Amino acid sequence: MAEATETYKVGQHPDLPPPRSEVGVIGWVKYNLLSTPFNVIMTLLAIWFLWSIIPPIFEWAVLDSVWTAESRKACWAKMEVPEGAACWAFIKDRIGLFIYGFYPADLRWRVNLSFVLMVLAIVSVLYENMPGRKFGLWYAVAFPFITGWLLVGGLGLTHVDTDQFGGIMLTFIIGITGISFSLPIGILLALGRRSKLPVIRVLCVLIIEFIRGVPLIALLFIASTMLNYFLPPGTAFDLLLRVLIMVTVFSSAYIAEVIRGGLQGIPNGQYEAADSLGLTYTKAHLLIILPQALKISIPGIVNTFIGLYKDTTLVLIIGMLDPLGVGRASLADAVWAGLAREVYIFVAVFFFICCFSMSRYSLWLEKRLSTEN
Amino acid sequence: MRNKITSVIAALGTAAIMSASANAGTLDDVKKRGALRCVVSTGVAGFAYPDKSGVWKGFDIDFCRATAAAVLGDAKKIKAVTSTGKTRFTKLNSGEGDVLWRNTTITFSRDVGVKLRFHGVNYYDGQGFMVNKKLGVKSAKDLGGASVCIQTGTTTELNLADYFHEHGMKYEAVTIETNDEARQNYMSGRCDVYTTDASGLAATRSTFPDPQNHIILPEIISKEPLGPATRHGDDQWSDIITWVYYATVTAEELGVTSANVDKMKSSKNPEILRMLGVEGNQGEELGLNKDWAYQIIKQVGNYGEIFERNIGKKTPVGLARGMNALWTKGGLQYSPPFR
Repeated sequence: MAEATETYKVGQHPDLPPPRSEVGVIGWVKYNLLSTPFNVIMTLLAIWFLWSIIPPIFEWAVLDSVWTAESRKACWAKMEVPEGAACWAFIKDRIGLFIYGFYPADLRWRVNLSFVLMVLAIVSVLYENMPGRKFGLWYAVAFPFITGWLLVGGLGLTHVDTDQFGGIMLTFIIGITGISFSLPIGILLALGRRSKLPVIRVLCVLIIEFIRGVPLIALLFIASTMLNYFLPPGTAFDLLLRVLIMVTVFSSAYIAEVIRGGLQGIPNGQYEAADSLGLTYTKAHLLIILPQALKISIPGIVNTFIGLYKDTTLVLIIGMLDPLGVGRASLADAVWAGLAREVYIFVAVFFFICCFSMSRYSLWLEKRLSTEN
Repeated sequence: MRNKITSVIAALGTAAIMSASANAGTLDDVKKRGALRCVVSTGVAGFAYPDKSGVWKGFDIDFCRATAAAVLGDAKKIKAVTSTGKTRFTKLNSGEGDVLWRNTTITFSRDVGVKLRFHGVNYYDGQGFMVNKKLGVKSAKDLGGASVCIQTGTTTELNLADYFHEHGMKYEAVTIETNDEARQNYMSGRCDVYTTDASGLAATRSTFPDPQNHIILPEIISKEPLGPATRHGDDQWSDIITWVYYATVTAEELGVTSANVDKMKSSKNPEILRMLGVEGNQGEELGLNKDWAYQIIKQVGNYGEIFERNIGKKTPVGLARGMNALWTKGGLQYSPPFR
């Protein structure tokens, strides 16, 4: 090794790359998996564990699975052992029901169009770099109303009752409505709770504490059963609307507390700086306080949203059929009954994709908004 | 406990709106709306389930269709108001549904406490036991010491405790929430016995890879009469539901089927003629069209046809008529005469 024997004057030694065994894959393995005898044992155990569960799962779910069959019996007939592999033919057979619920088949284009509009709205809200974003934001504000009209009908479109809604479509409706309306309401509640006006403050505290003290399931029961008794007969309004209101109110209370945490995290100097500039309350909050407070609340906000999104499955208890409900109802069809695992895995994967994307987006947003170097 | 609370809430709520709903003319509402709203379950094998395209099918649904055929002349004009066991009575009492066709056991507390009106028993069920043939058990009395899969918070739990106590046997309860969970537990051997309504046992057994290896024991330890319900305070509507059910039973008894109902219009039997509206004015007395029963039989069928189509021997559920045979054949299905 010629280089190794070279001599340099003191202070003249050039920076050399670290030895190969300290960086790259080898270095990573060395430091993370094999650093101590205990870690070596843990690594071996983990490998053994993964080796013993992943191949069978892969075989069950992918390699041996059956994708085309007319019934459970036909599905099992295609396997070496009945029930020995996944029967995705069931999900395939019911995919329309899983996506659209009981929406009339000839009107499903309206749901599809809504899905497209939803993607456009989400993109225009979430990505700053989209061309024409200003227009995009106005569109996003109008989006719930456009979609509401598309899905329910009226004004030239055939009317569809909301009790025909179901499946993934229903999850999206409840989840997105809850998420997009609870953020502004939550901000207002959080500001109200810190207000210097006693009436507003007490009112906001009461709302937040009451809602947080009651489980969502209880609110849903109130929405589905009690409200009807309190309202005069004949005026009972749509069940879906009642559920949407309850879900929004519920998550607003949580968002309010998350944002209050953010507001308290802003140093007093920022408030004083805003005051010394002569900014009004509205301007101070819009320009200085809220941008910072919201930024530090992002993880908490997204956490609440993910929780809300998954909580939408609770509507099952009051008889609305979300993907989980559709799955359970389909399991009552004697032609397919017994394939519960397939249904639950399908629903789990659907929710995982949605929630994981939300969490990734929030990480990306945190990094983008980070002003620290 | 939860059931108790629900029924108390339901009863309180019902009391609150008694005055409001007493004057409701359900029949007029349904005719005006052009659709019958039936409170149905969110899925019970053979009784109510959605098919691939989202159309509801099953034994309960067929009775809902029969009601629509009688009231609106078209069996397709139904809307399924899906409800869980916990919300079914409030959905009915609050007016979200017109009638409850949802395998509901008739009990004193539901009839009196929840203020419902029941209209006969369209399915006689009872709690039974299923075991693997390997165990060699021939009777429920041999089940001492067994582990039993049972749904929590249902009457089946209480029936089970009573039965084992009465026969001086011990058991280990494996509590589960849904039928699918029970199936998994039972098949993996976590419990030796699965107990629920006999129709549910048969439906579950039909989903096994090896149904021939499991038997349903002969003992039926409880009475579970299932039937339709309506709200208090609308006697005309109650009569309609009652006689829709009786029409299906009478039609079977008199041999009127969906295939031969047109020919039967020229039958010599006066009861058939009265029922089908050829003679007399029974339809008008109910507030319906003359041919209400004809429409039921023509569009949906008689009791036997409904049974065989949804839960009978040739279906995957595969239930025998048993107690649900006509009284003339040793069963309990019996209709007062159309006179």
